[in-house]
Amino acid sequence: MTKGEIVAGCLAPHPPHLVYAENPPQNEPVAEGGWEQLRWGYERLRESLADVEYDAIVLLSPHWQTYVGTHFLGLPHFKNLSVDPVFPNLFRYHYELDIDVELSQQIHDRAAEAGLATKMMNNPDFRVDYGTITTGHMFNPGWDKPFVVISSNRSRDYYSVEVMQEMMMELGRVTREAILASGKKVVVLASNSLSHRHFTTESAIPEDMSKEHITSHAMHLWDMRMIEYFRTGQAQRIIDEMPEFTEQAIAESDGGGLTWLLSTLDLPTYPGILHGYGTIIGTGNAIVEWPARNHKEA
Amino acid sequence: MRNGELIGSYIVPVHPHTILVPEQNEGWSRLREAYDTAAQRIKDSGADLLIIYSTTWPSIIGHQIIADPNPEWVMVDHDFHDLGSIPYSFNIDEDFAHAWDKANEKRGLKSRTVAYHGFPIDVGSVVALKLLNPDNSIPAVIVSSNVYANRSETTVLAKACMDVVKATGRKAVAVTAMSLSNRMFTTPIEPKDDRIHSLKDDEWNRKILEFLGEGRLEDVGQLSRTIHQQIRVNKVVAFKPMWWLSGMNQNRNNLTGEVLAYEAIHGAGGAVVHLDPTPSGTGDKEYDEDDVEYFAGERNVLDAEHDVIVEAESITEPVSKAIETNGPALWEPTESEDSVNSNAAPKPVGAYPHARRVGDLLYLSGVGPRQPGTNSIPGGPIHDENGNPLNYDIKAQTQAVIDNITRILEEAGGSLADVLDVTSFLVDMDRDFQGYNEVWAETLGQVGPTRTTLAIKALPTPIAVEMKVIAKAPATD
Ligand SMILES: [Fe+2]
Repeated sequence: MTKGEIVAGCLAPHPPHLVYAENPPQNEPVAEGGWEQLRWGYERLRESLADVEYDAIVLLSPHWQTYVGTHFLGLPHFKNLSVDPVFPNLFRYHYELDIDVELSQQIHDRAAEAGLATKMMNNPDFRVDYGTITTGHMFNPGWDKPFVVISSNRSRDYYSVEVMQEMMMELGRVTREAILASGKKVVVLASNSLSHRHFTTESAIPEDMSKEHITSHAMHLWDMRMIEYFRTGQAQRIIDEMPEFTEQAIAESDGGGLTWLLSTLDLPTYPGILHGYGTIIGTGNAIVEWPARNHKEA
Repeated sequence: MRNGELIGSYIVPVHPHTILVPEQNEGWSRLREAYDTAAQRIKDSGADLLIIYSTTWPSIIGHQIIADPNPEWVMVDHDFHDLGSIPYSFNIDEDFAHAWDKANEKRGLKSRTVAYHGFPIDVGSVVALKLLNPDNSIPAVIVSSNVYANRSETTVLAKACMDVVKATGRKAVAVTAMSLSNRMFTTPIEPKDDRIHSLKDDEWNRKILEFLGEGRLEDVGQLSRTIHQQIRVNKVVAFKPMWWLSGMNQNRNNLTGEVLAYEAIHGAGGAVVHLDPTPSGTGDKEYDEDDVEYFAGERNVLDAEHDVIVEAESITEPVSKAIETNGPALWEPTESEDSVNSNAAPKPVGAYPHARRVGDLLYLSGVGPRQPGTNSIPGGPIHDENGNPLNYDIKAQTQAVIDNITRILEEAGGSLADVLDVTSFLVDMDRDFQGYNEVWAETLGQVGPTRTTLAIKALPTPIAVEMKVIAKAPATD
């Protein structure tokens, strides 16, 4: 069997505003655009991968929150209506999603062997979280690749960022091993924002871009610091500063996605490509690609 | 005006075990029995509204209230999906939901209703409603838990809810869907091995339940932040539901409490508690936090509200139409040689002065309770902009009238002791005479003016009481 490969790893945030602003036929609400900087960023990410062949997308979303271990979607097909419980006015999306159950099970099994608590999710009535659907749509609006969807274990809530990182470094390591062993070409996606302090009010027209800005200067500084590390291949520094970043910027990296992604990519020392940055109701969002296909081990 | 009331409160656990697999663990089945007991009590009480505050529905933009009259879907828990699916179909009181939403905004809160097909009603609300209202015979409303809300915001949310309960004459039951200690085991366990996650969590839970059993709800509310630090995993920002429930119960500490069950659900503390409003006579508050009526916290991240700046203009023009939509425009008091006008008294609603001196006497224009500057009405307005009646406090209004009279007399160089004769106007004699009379006895009753009290159809602003005063004019030099 040929060796599997991670062709790219991406930070691919999921505020439902992006899908809302795109007006795809699957989403019920209608928008007059908005958040173009980020949507153009997703466009550049899609172009960057347009000629790259891959078999599956492995994604970790902070909105499938599990407290009892890490869970994996375990049925081949999911179809339902996803309504965002926080922004139902923006996101009511009719989705259909295929799962690479084989790869899911392989990552699950390796995680279990490594001592992580794990569970396959085999209930057909389960509604896939809106984070997964939003990132899935923005990354691949044609939905023509199967997914592995991994839940966000809330070890940060239960213990600390440090414990979360230990677990996610381990989950990333086994994810990488499972992908390489599978013989498949895979894109890995961490679906999270950077700084994550929301506005607590919404303008009358949600897509009114005259109202959009970062919540505070401190949040901006943190986001720029992280982006600098992304762009200069300093994954280890990101891991090192993750506790401060996560706590001070109330960052959505608390869900473990970013740590897991960097670990899956084996802590890249090559530059990530910044495809876009923008704020969404005050939160900071970066679209970043690590083109692992161009940096294979010798 | 009908006087609605809260006829009971319940605290219930959130996880799906009590619906899906109560038989797998003795504790879960005891919780289920307690749930069934609570459901029977609610039914027997004649309640006509169930109000659910759920900790498993977080919101960011203020609070959200379900307003779909018949939400239907199948709920699957994010963690316990292997226990099965829970189909639901609920009977939601959409009118109440919309009225609560409006009442929230009146009290300074961000709020919106949610009525979308397929909206995912959260696990706590689904479990609570299915078990407490199995035949859907009682209409319900569900409100979210805002992740950024503090105590004042959560308290005001409850007060806004009670405004609507009272104004619509409901017999309401309040429910918080929540865990006590919320730390679960982080690995799968056998049902038979379930227990509270730690001795420390168990001890805190028992302390909370001891308080609740004694009806000391406000004490638990005031310990909320401490409880959160001690036994709560940071899923919601604080132990908020007790703030809301205590607000629904007028922040009382002398309810009649009964713990129907307390058990572990996957390590978390699950309890069914009944709090009856009948005074039990026990429990003073250990300390008092502010009793907030209106939320004025920092919520305007987008842009600051523009303050309405009122400038003195021509005396024949109203100075501001914008300041208060609930009533007529405001005017500057007219000026003449013998007029007495005070910046500390509310603006007139027409072209007249606050008072006029004639010889040894001061004649005051009719004085109401509106507050100078803000134009707000202590005790609340008697109806909203659309004329829908609101609950209000006649004693607070009466006291505010007397305070305004005092300000005008002080402007003239005198005091309340100078009042000689009062004509009082009440818009609802049956409802308000007693409260008005109590405040009178403590204030003007001590001064001793003659008094006439009349019932009238309406006053120009949404107030319940106005007084016409004649006083001794202070000697001029
Ligand atoms: Fe998110």
